[in-house]
Amino acid sequence: MATTNAVRTESGLGRLSDATRKRLQRKAQIDVWFERVLYAFAFAVLLLLGAIIASLIVSSWPAIQRYGLDFFTENRWAANVEVFGALPAIYGTLLTSFIAIAIAVPISFGIAIFLTERCPGFLRQPLGTMIELLAGIPSIIYGMWGMEVLAPLLRTWFPSVFPAGTGLATAGIILAVMIIPFITAVSRDVINTVPSVMRESAYGLGCTTWEVARRVTLPSVKGGLVGGVVLGLGRALGETMAVTFVIGNNLFLNTTLTGQGTSIAALIANQFSESDGNQRSALLALGLILFLITFVVLAIARYLLRNSTGRHA
Amino acid sequence: MLKHVFSTLISGSMVLGVAGVAHAQDTITGAGATFPYPVYSQWADAYQDDSGIGLNYQAIGSGGGIQQIVAKTVTFGASDAPMTKEELDENGLMQWPMVMGGVVAAFHVEGIEGGSLTLDGPTLAEIYQGEITNWDDDAIATLNPDVDLPDTQITPVYRAEGSGTNFLFTHYLSQVSESFANTVGEGKSVAWPAGVGAKANAGVASQIANTNGAIGYVEYAYAAQNDLSLVHLENQAGNVVEPNMDSFMAAASNADWEEAPGMYLVLTNQPGDDSWPITGASFILMHKQVQDADAARQALEFFDWAYTNGNDMAQSLDYVPMPENVAEMVRESWGEITGPNGNAVWNP
Repeated sequence: MATTNAVRTESGLGRLSDATRKRLQRKAQIDVWFERVLYAFAFAVLLLLGAIIASLIVSSWPAIQRYGLDFFTENRWAANVEVFGALPAIYGTLLTSFIAIAIAVPISFGIAIFLTERCPGFLRQPLGTMIELLAGIPSIIYGMWGMEVLAPLLRTWFPSVFPAGTGLATAGIILAVMIIPFITAVSRDVINTVPSVMRESAYGLGCTTWEVARRVTLPSVKGGLVGGVVLGLGRALGETMAVTFVIGNNLFLNTTLTGQGTSIAALIANQFSESDGNQRSALLALGLILFLITFVVLAIARYLLRNSTGRHA
Repeated sequence: MLKHVFSTLISGSMVLGVAGVAHAQDTITGAGATFPYPVYSQWADAYQDDSGIGLNYQAIGSGGGIQQIVAKTVTFGASDAPMTKEELDENGLMQWPMVMGGVVAAFHVEGIEGGSLTLDGPTLAEIYQGEITNWDDDAIATLNPDVDLPDTQITPVYRAEGSGTNFLFTHYLSQVSESFANTVGEGKSVAWPAGVGAKANAGVASQIANTNGAIGYVEYAYAAQNDLSLVHLENQAGNVVEPNMDSFMAAASNADWEEAPGMYLVLTNQPGDDSWPITGASFILMHKQVQDADAARQALEFFDWAYTNGNDMAQSLDYVPMPENVAEMVRESWGEITGPNGNAVWNP
């Protein structure tokens, strides 16, 4: 890049005055540096990611070496007797996230379609803003609300299903509320990109609103919608504070939907500050697992995204 | 350009660093347990008014306190669970008890008045193991012949995060129930077979308040300030005792600190007619050979002042002060702390 600029400067600008030439050369120089800085920024991200993974592996290595496969077969996380089974936390993380997605996706798509297709003009702006506002609520607030309001309500309404109010399903519901604004915002934006003429022609052929949404609007922006869901899922997998408040924090594997459980993030948050030695190393190994889970989920989503956009491009 | 920025940053941080060191002259640094934090900070306020020397205490948890003192980044560490003699020797540390507190069981059962419920250790252990699941269980009925127990499911509530309170409570249950010791065991974080984990004292209290049939455990100071309904416990002597300052003092007065190697003593299940069974001390940790003799002396002067002047403040915050004879014994043990020149740091 630098050489082509230099060549161009010499051949093309020979007739210009010295001052102008200098000025232009300086501008070219600035551009070269600008580009280098941009590269540096981009590589800094890669470097940071690599450094985080490397340090996680290094610091969790003692636990991985010591417990090996036991880490994935033990059914409890009992730090006092140094039995570290990651299964309860992995199960809790995946289950709560999938409950959240199962609840949030239909609701979010519903809101997004309402906002773009059916909503009266005067409501569109305030409703949209309110949903964006929901996305800005700090997760600790959701946690407190979950503990003080949602859990007692669930206990009162369904005492046989939620004897304590808290549990994996409660955490899933809280997570759903937290990710609805994200999925809704993205879905609304991508649905807005569908050209009106497509919708109008469908209506013109006699389609109902449901048929337009189902057969025309949603399929044409499938990729973007998947992207929104992935964004929500990513947030659900790593959410810590709100989950810790309502998940019940039971460290035994409990393969039910509504039982007390824990998630990777909640377990780390609860134990990290008072941990040392093997326990700390095991917690860092859990962090590595969460990293990998998030990574795999994102990779799968990317793959789906590429396939679907490829088909509809 | 970048170079300039870097050098500015570096020189800036060096200036700050130097300022920090200079500042350390009149500030004692410590880190550790959260449980005694309110009383330490109250003492520190009063001590600063008295002497002009401040205390920078980071309540990062007992585990963190031990790490910080081992790494010598603070002058003293603080821990709710004592270190064993071997652990102390390995790291060249010594420890002593600074202040005591009780752990109490609180409950919320519609139909049972506060203060009218009695439990014993084995029953409490079975509740927390998920073996006793209903309030009208025979084991509870035998202990409470005068109470009309409702048919309500028991929801045990525990502290989810690693904490000294967990350690005291599980230490007690392990003492009184062999099956608890074998299946759950003692520790700052254990895997509870039953119940709900809530965050911190406040989380446990709120979970209890929201759940009919819940039982949980919190530090006494927290329970007293929030007016929770407390369970009376049967102690080692077979007496039913109420949790209060007197029963904590009774447990403390029976403790034999002289005989405990490295002052490793957990005051659970103590003998004595009036002893509350779940009492514990919070410990201070210091190196026996210190690099900065002045800083160590300042810290010891503060602890000496607190033993002498801090009792009323501790009691007003619902903590139990150390008895005078224990304080005197601790002061004597400070003779073991030596500076870089080999001389004792503490010269009363």
